[in-house]
Amino acid sequence: MKHDSSAIKITALTHTYGTREVLKDVNLSIDRGEVFALIGPTGAGKTTLLRIIDLLETPASGQLYLDGRPAPQSARQRLDMRRRMSFVHQKPQFFNLSVYDNVACGLRWRGANEDVISNRIRHILDTVGLNGYDRRDARTLSGGEAQRVALARSLVLEPDVLLLDEPTANLDPISTTRMEQLIAHVARQRKITMVMSTHDMAQGQELADRIGVLVEGKLVQTGSAADIFRSPRNEDVARLVGTENIIEGTVVANEEGIATVCIGGEAEAATIEAVSNHSAGKRVSVCIRPEDVTLASTVSHGSSARNTFSGTVTRMASFGPLSRVEVECGFPLVALITRLSAQELALQIGARVHATFKATAMHIVERSTDDRST
Amino acid sequence: MTEIWQGLTRAIHLLISFDVEVVEIALRTLSISGTSSLLAALISLPIGTLIHFRRFRGKRALINIIQTLYFLPTVIVGLFVFMLLSRAGPLGELGILFTPPAMIIGQTLLITPIMLGMIIAALSGVREELLETATSLGASGPQLSLLVLREARYAVLAALMLGFGRALSELGVAMMVGGNIDGYTRMMTGGIWLATQRGDLELALALGMILLFLALVVSIVLNRLQQRRTQ
Repeated sequence: MKHDSSAIKITALTHTYGTREVLKDVNLSIDRGEVFALIGPTGAGKTTLLRIIDLLETPASGQLYLDGRPAPQSARQRLDMRRRMSFVHQKPQFFNLSVYDNVACGLRWRGANEDVISNRIRHILDTVGLNGYDRRDARTLSGGEAQRVALARSLVLEPDVLLLDEPTANLDPISTTRMEQLIAHVARQRKITMVMSTHDMAQGQELADRIGVLVEGKLVQTGSAADIFRSPRNEDVARLVGTENIIEGTVVANEEGIATVCIGGEAEAATIEAVSNHSAGKRVSVCIRPEDVTLASTVSHGSSARNTFSGTVTRMASFGPLSRVEVECGFPLVALITRLSAQELALQIGARVHATFKATAMHIVERSTDDRST
Repeated sequence: MTEIWQGLTRAIHLLISFDVEVVEIALRTLSISGTSSLLAALISLPIGTLIHFRRFRGKRALINIIQTLYFLPTVIVGLFVFMLLSRAGPLGELGILFTPPAMIIGQTLLITPIMLGMIIAALSGVREELLETATSLGASGPQLSLLVLREARYAVLAALMLGFGRALSELGVAMMVGGNIDGYTRMMTGGIWLATQRGDLELALALGMILLFLALVVSIVLNRLQQRRTQ
């Protein structure tokens, strides 16, 4: 029999709620010990996919394979399979019991003896930094503490697969950092297969080996964080990974892999040169990450960058050490520069600047005919 | 007014002096109503859990019927059990009409719908997300049922107390299938009725005060349970 290294495999999976299709023809394979992040906006179907993997729901069509075998049908077999997994929900729910008894529940349901339970709980509460919380009423915990107890409650079961649904969605920044550190620690130490959903690209990048982008029920792209970050498959993915500059245009020429893209209306047509294989006549979207746009007060002729546009600063905002600058150059362009650079350039609303970006810094995606973007 | 006052003081005297007749009737009432409540609880807990968890056609209609039976007049239950246990009835051969077991059967029939309906309502109060958490943590069907009962324990206890209160205070069943036989099937409500008929207001008031006291205890327990539920 052929050995399948997939802990989870999903083929042609579709799921509906009433008449609404929430998952559409999803195909996915997650290896044993892999940390996989499902990224997508709210309502993309991330939670539903996790629930299907945890056998809490049965898909309308398609197949789910767990550990190389099709998901079982009988209640008993589903329970046995589910007991090899554990699911941390977005909003952790606690039984009307102490922290200790909440964490002990899963082990008791599996028939573990009290000595084993006691040892494991002591160890796991130590791991999540909640020593001394065992007698606390679980329903009186703060958001960060509650999420850590929920993680402890899942980890104490030593599952083969850990499912995490937006584990930091309701937490403050400090609790978020702590939770992320914990997840990273668990991923390193325990080598368990982890599938986590998040709408935070940075979190996915930091924690996951591989990322899948789910948009409106479709798994649009899977790959390493770098792949998705640098080469988003379409505009939806580009937006999701923080590409703020998405400029529509048409390829008018392509010479030796350098495409010339005409953007803007005919009256104010401008061209952008980008490394791309798209041939002339293709309707495309040019994706430029804001941190790849540089601003200068004068045009630098020695630069290797092919695209320089003059424009006027229309808006400025500070984000910690960075400044987000919006420039109108016949088309809107967003640049992310250091606050120090902004000060040196004496940037202010109405100032004239030259925005530059390299032909290699862009990613060009073909626009589909049913493109909803404007 | 004087008569009432005299009745009250005499009643208090009967209570303080642990009058044999009063104590006997009170203990019998507690014993019969307690047994009925226990039986009704043993019926209602598993059936209520089953109805709550199972999906079946007509579930809503069944719950509606159970809720309608909350308002079942005690004399109707009394009549039904009387016909069942009377010599000509299907269970007449048992020969238990006008005995405590007949009263226990009648009261159990009377309060089971109340307990059942309230238990189903109590279990419905447990959040769906909590059940899903338990399921994903590996709870089996029976483990899930026990968990839900434990989560809803205060509301379930309140349902049981409410049933007990109803058994304690009913008159129709006790009279119709118990017969209000002195020293054998006389309960507090029957005792009050008879004492009033005989003009023995002191005894009627003494029994009434015990009944009210027991109702007060049930009410306090219910309130405590409600408070713990909302904590």
